[in-house]
Amino acid sequence: MCEFTAKDYKKGQPRWCPGCGDHFFLASLHKAMAEIGVAPWDIAVISGIGCSSRLPHYMNTYGMNTIHGRSAAIATGCKVANPNLAVWQVSGDGDGLAIGGNHFIHANRRNINLNMILLNNRIYGLTKGQYSPTSPRGFVSKSSPYGTVEDPFCPAELCFGARGHFFARAVATDAAGTVDILKAAYNHKGASVCEILQNCVIFNHGTHDSVYTKEGRAKNAIYLEHGKPMLFGENKEFGLMQEGFGLKVVKLGENGITEKDILVHDAHCEDNTLQLKLALMQGPDFPIALGVIRDVEAPTYDDGVYAQIEEVSAKKNYHNFEELLMTNDTWEVK
Amino acid sequence: MAEEMIVKELDQVVVRFSGDSGDGMQLAGNLFSTISATVGNDISTFPDYPADIRAPQGSLTGVSGFQVHIGAGKVFTPGDQCDVLVAMNAAALKTQYKFAKPTACIIIDTDCFQKSDLEKAAFTTDNPIEEMGIKNDVIAAPISQIVKDCLADTGMDNKSMLKCRNMFALGLVCWLFNRDLTIAENFLREKFAKKPAIAEANIKVIHAGYDYGHNTHSSVAHTYRIESKTVNPGKYMDITGNKATAYGFIAAAEKAGLKLFLGSYPITPATDVLHELSKHKSLGVVTVQCEDEIAGCASAVGASYAGALAVTSTSGPGICLKSEAMNLAVIMELPLVVLDVQRGGPATGLPTKSEQTDLLQVLFGRNGESPMPVLAATSPTDCFEAAYEASKIALEHMTPVVLLTDAFVANGSAAWKLPKLAEYPAINPPFVPAELKGTWTPYQRNAEGVRYWAVPGTEGFTHILGGLEKDNATGAISTNPENHHLMTQLRQQKIDNIQVPDVVVEGDKDDAELLIVGFGGTYGHLHAAMDEMRAAGKKVALAHFKYINPLPANTEEVLKKYQKVVVAEQNMGQFAGYLRMKIDGFVPNQYNEVKGQPFVVNELVAAFTEIYNK
Repeated sequence: MCEFTAKDYKKGQPRWCPGCGDHFFLASLHKAMAEIGVAPWDIAVISGIGCSSRLPHYMNTYGMNTIHGRSAAIATGCKVANPNLAVWQVSGDGDGLAIGGNHFIHANRRNINLNMILLNNRIYGLTKGQYSPTSPRGFVSKSSPYGTVEDPFCPAELCFGARGHFFARAVATDAAGTVDILKAAYNHKGASVCEILQNCVIFNHGTHDSVYTKEGRAKNAIYLEHGKPMLFGENKEFGLMQEGFGLKVVKLGENGITEKDILVHDAHCEDNTLQLKLALMQGPDFPIALGVIRDVEAPTYDDGVYAQIEEVSAKKNYHNFEELLMTNDTWEVK
Repeated sequence: MAEEMIVKELDQVVVRFSGDSGDGMQLAGNLFSTISATVGNDISTFPDYPADIRAPQGSLTGVSGFQVHIGAGKVFTPGDQCDVLVAMNAAALKTQYKFAKPTACIIIDTDCFQKSDLEKAAFTTDNPIEEMGIKNDVIAAPISQIVKDCLADTGMDNKSMLKCRNMFALGLVCWLFNRDLTIAENFLREKFAKKPAIAEANIKVIHAGYDYGHNTHSSVAHTYRIESKTVNPGKYMDITGNKATAYGFIAAAEKAGLKLFLGSYPITPATDVLHELSKHKSLGVVTVQCEDEIAGCASAVGASYAGALAVTSTSGPGICLKSEAMNLAVIMELPLVVLDVQRGGPATGLPTKSEQTDLLQVLFGRNGESPMPVLAATSPTDCFEAAYEASKIALEHMTPVVLLTDAFVANGSAAWKLPKLAEYPAINPPFVPAELKGTWTPYQRNAEGVRYWAVPGTEGFTHILGGLEKDNATGAISTNPENHHLMTQLRQQKIDNIQVPDVVVEGDKDDAELLIVGFGGTYGHLHAAMDEMRAAGKKVALAHFKYINPLPANTEEVLKKYQKVVVAEQNMGQFAGYLRMKIDGFVPNQYNEVKGQPFVVNELVAAFTEIYNK
């Protein structure tokens, strides 16, 4: 039973371009928050700078639309100072992985209880079309008229490299899939990264075309569910199997392969090797993995901070300023 | 050797401990300061250490010094030159002798003046005393050997035994000044509580040093006693500037009833504030050691939004990195204290040395119109007051505040009368009144032009702040030109409205012929220079500034009252330039020095006298 509806989290009229993936995501976020049920005044939504970072202005919660790249650090301070708040941190691919890359990896390493949204359209939109750290090699943009000569980040790889414990992926146009991972991110204690694949209609139209429609996802994506065999295709006729150090796509019924041969997804597996392989899958040879790819329990930073305060407080004999003074060597002048 | 030694009464004395970094000179110096302070002397200390953790042993660059000035009455500085110089090796003598008075007594460890030591210290003969033309009394003791003999039956290895050499020097100095060793014993037993064998070894060596002095009467004619003349009764402790700063934040948070949050990144010489605050979890202090300076400040902004007294601490290049997030706090109008322990710059500069060269940066070094209050602590103990006041201003005026200290006051220590928090002014942040629910907007202001603080978790006051300009009435993003102009003025007005105490004029305030003007950590040296000039019959006054922005209301009146004014500062004239910008027609003389070292009182007196006589 939820006390709140999506409307309770909604404010103002978004000013993104018509058709921008941010519109879809925002609606899913409102819906997910209503289903989670945390009161709007107990939520802080903290973003950096960029198109997607305008998002807090359309939330009827507490929040900040801060400075470029720093939102993970600002959210860290907010959460540690008041761990009772549900803190959602919102970044784009430039904001989160270029200028904010250091804060992104350290928020993951520290495992602070933040819900970290990465809206990935593989382009700088607000500055009108430069390649981003997730643009593919050779990408032609205003700042790379002859194509880039550098390789992109895969956000999952960065998250795993930083020893992240939660990574999920959804397509902005897929409301159900997005709401599912947002709720899972909230329920995961610790840093939870949600990569949202979204289109930029103006500067990078079609970047996620293969999975942007329902039909496309049926063909080119795989929805991962913990404990379920990894099947995909319009009629679930394909599956994933392990081969040597990698994965392979197989067709059920061919070469005597049955559902029993198909890998079963384990999001809770501490070893992230196979989860990483899933996250790195790309078309046309492999489906793009959607859903919760990794969700492993681990001690969180904010819990640790307060547990330590409690533990030390119990042991120490000073609990206010006057008592602190008396812990020093003092002398009396008469 | 049977005759009694003469005990000479002194008003004040300066002792400098020096040796290889890693020889434990800072510990020996600190202990001697504590012992002296405990018997009621006023103290002022100056640790002077190299930037490297451990330069090559015995090398000239690896020398570490600790100077302490002990007085029967008030002492203002660690002293220009010392009365006793401890030089634990040849390199220390070579580099530190310049800090010794011609009458100083010098203590050396002859075991560290062997051929290889002399070579490392670039001596060309085998008699360094003669080579340097030293005419002072020298206590030349084979300290290393005595320490080894003294600890022979403890089963300690050679290296561990030699680590106790500093305690021998301390014991010898304690003998010279008739100091009771009990305080040192207690300190060592506490410090090495988990390693009682080490504590006892150190204590044994201190006594060996003391007895060595006593038994040989060394080569000095007399020992000294400094009686305390301090009359301000109460409980005292010895405190460094950095520790006092940390205590000031703790006190302010408690007074305001808020959680104290520190976001920081290790950087010399500010790190001790992070160390100190990290210890006090039983006071609920939260410290986050961040991934970089930027995150240190950014996390503090986040904590401030969440309702904490948020502080970020740094030094040197760290302040450059924090500028962006400081500006975010300006436009979001959130309380934040930025501690800048100034050190030598630019860039990495002189990490362990002291300057006042960040003043204009903290006043103006941000994009846009970015007014920010600035305070500069004037002494190690004033760091407590300044940190408390900076926190009060930040919280009550919803603004980031810069607290400037410097390596000199941060590392220096002094005797500090324990404050009573109940006597300090209340801190009342402008929390949004509940009755405004329903009508409130984020930039609604109280009578002093201060935005209300609506803390997340409060029903009815959800709002979004941000780095983009906001509409004054609605709090929505606005690019309206009139609104931007208005918001710029409102932010400026809010800072201008802050009431700060008048600047105090000390000395010949009615008829001075020369007014000395300074700010921040140079107070002790400028005061000592003024005292010396007045003792020589000159009419001199001192106006020392702690509040830099806004300036005290009587600034113009004070600066224009005297015929001659000299602004003395450890930079190229930043404060003088700032005053000239603020006070129409003010053209002072300037004394500028950027050496990374504290002012030398004698040099100040010479320069000021020249201006005086001009």
